[in-house]
Amino acid sequence: MSMFWTIWISVITLGLIIGCYFLLRWCLSNQTGVPEGESMGHEFDGIEELNNQLPRWWTIMFYMTIVWGFIYLALYPGLGAYEGILGWKSSNQNIQSLEESVQARIDAKEQGKLVEYDRELDFAAEKFDPIFAAYAKVPVEELAQDPEANKVGQRLFLQNCSQCHGSDARGQNGGFPNLTDNDWLYGGSGAKIVETLTLGRQAAMPAWIDTLGEQGIEEVVNYVLSLSGRDVDPQLADAGKARFAVCAACHGVDGKGNQALGAPNLTDNIWLYGGSHKAVTETLTYGRNGVMPSFKNTLGEDKIHVVAAYVYSLSNDK
Amino acid sequence: MKNPHELIEKNVGLLTVLILIAISFGAMVQITPLMFQQQTMEPVTGLRPYTALELEGRDIYIREGCVGCHSQMIRPFRAETERYGHYSVAGESVWEHPFLWGSKRTGPDLARVGGRYSDEWHRVHLLNPRNVVPESNMPGFPWLAENTLDGALTAEKMEIFRGFGVPYTDEDIAGAKAAVQGKTEMQALIAYLQSLGTHLK
Repeated sequence: MSMFWTIWISVITLGLIIGCYFLLRWCLSNQTGVPEGESMGHEFDGIEELNNQLPRWWTIMFYMTIVWGFIYLALYPGLGAYEGILGWKSSNQNIQSLEESVQARIDAKEQGKLVEYDRELDFAAEKFDPIFAAYAKVPVEELAQDPEANKVGQRLFLQNCSQCHGSDARGQNGGFPNLTDNDWLYGGSGAKIVETLTLGRQAAMPAWIDTLGEQGIEEVVNYVLSLSGRDVDPQLADAGKARFAVCAACHGVDGKGNQALGAPNLTDNIWLYGGSHKAVTETLTYGRNGVMPSFKNTLGEDKIHVVAAYVYSLSNDK
Repeated sequence: MKNPHELIEKNVGLLTVLILIAISFGAMVQITPLMFQQQTMEPVTGLRPYTALELEGRDIYIREGCVGCHSQMIRPFRAETERYGHYSVAGESVWEHPFLWGSKRTGPDLARVGGRYSDEWHRVHLLNPRNVVPESNMPGFPWLAENTLDGALTAEKMEIFRGFGVPYTDEDIAGAKAAVQGKTEMQALIAYLQSLGTHLK
């Protein structure tokens, strides 16, 4: 803040406080032309207004607020660029990037400044970091057995994951996978779950309408449904089998999927976007591009570890 | 002058003028200096203007009254940053006219909702929020998927924002109509939401 604005703010602020003092002094002197304690000359229903001074208790409190005003402005940053004796501020606002935010925190600590937000973080770090650090040393599969860790993991899950996967983690139709059925798109090992949470996932099932045409799609839908033992038109399914070669690139020749690509197993009758004839037709016609966002910045490594253990426990501890 | 107090008490016009003068001191100290501060005028390093589609989405956000229930202002408290991400800083809002910080949270803060959910989630959620969040009391906005944008005013809006100091190039403005024409309001709103808070890198 430039010198001009600092002076501007200081002069007006301090001037007003001093002005309040003189206003109060002036109000305490008798300006009415009526002697103290005598009638002001109006009366209603037997009630008369007397010319009394401001009450003493009230006046003293007014003086006290003026004194407090000066003390406060000396201690805290209220006058432009002046930082106050305590060096207190609510947060580091003067930043242009996340990097600068981290640096500002380090700088403030070195200069011994009291940044309220940083203090809150430090306090939390002291309390929670050792807990998360201890959890981080335990492999995900093992941590999943720890009921305390799972409680923490569940809280984080409800806060961050339940919007898509549901508060019971059973997912929802329309591309939000069930996490409790031990059927994994990208792999269900601890390391794979951590990877999914950290980097996010981007599925890419292309639209097939241009390649296959409506008839072709109908055939392939019949074949795909037959893979999980559904009743289909055998003729169409046979024709679909011949066309399945293009699908096999991702879903495998046997249709059992490929976790390296996130290609679902088509033989287990578990459907991400619905297993009705109509839903599968839509999937094939328009393609599907499910996205799992990255939680690297939102949660950070240690919390991802605990959430991964919770998710792992959902389908593995029974 | 017998009693100066009487003068003020019996002249409402004078009283009004004096009250306005008294109030203006607060504005002179609290508001005026902020208009000239480096930190309220300098964009954060990663800030870019809204694309034509995002800008239209922002107008839909305003039209549908989203700001009435969703704030876009993460305060510097750990309880908020744990949930929403880094607290909002002034440099993120320098090209916001008007800003949509809001003052009420019936729903969650959206200052950093960009990238938090997939586009598909937003689509399902906007059609009927209870399809993904059963306890939600947010209304559905199904008409957004049906209404399409014609882009007739997009270029003009960008011109106006350029007048406010948002660095739109001539190419941005020339291509504005083509960029939004035929897109649904749903697409525009999701594009806007996905951009929120992603510029502080």
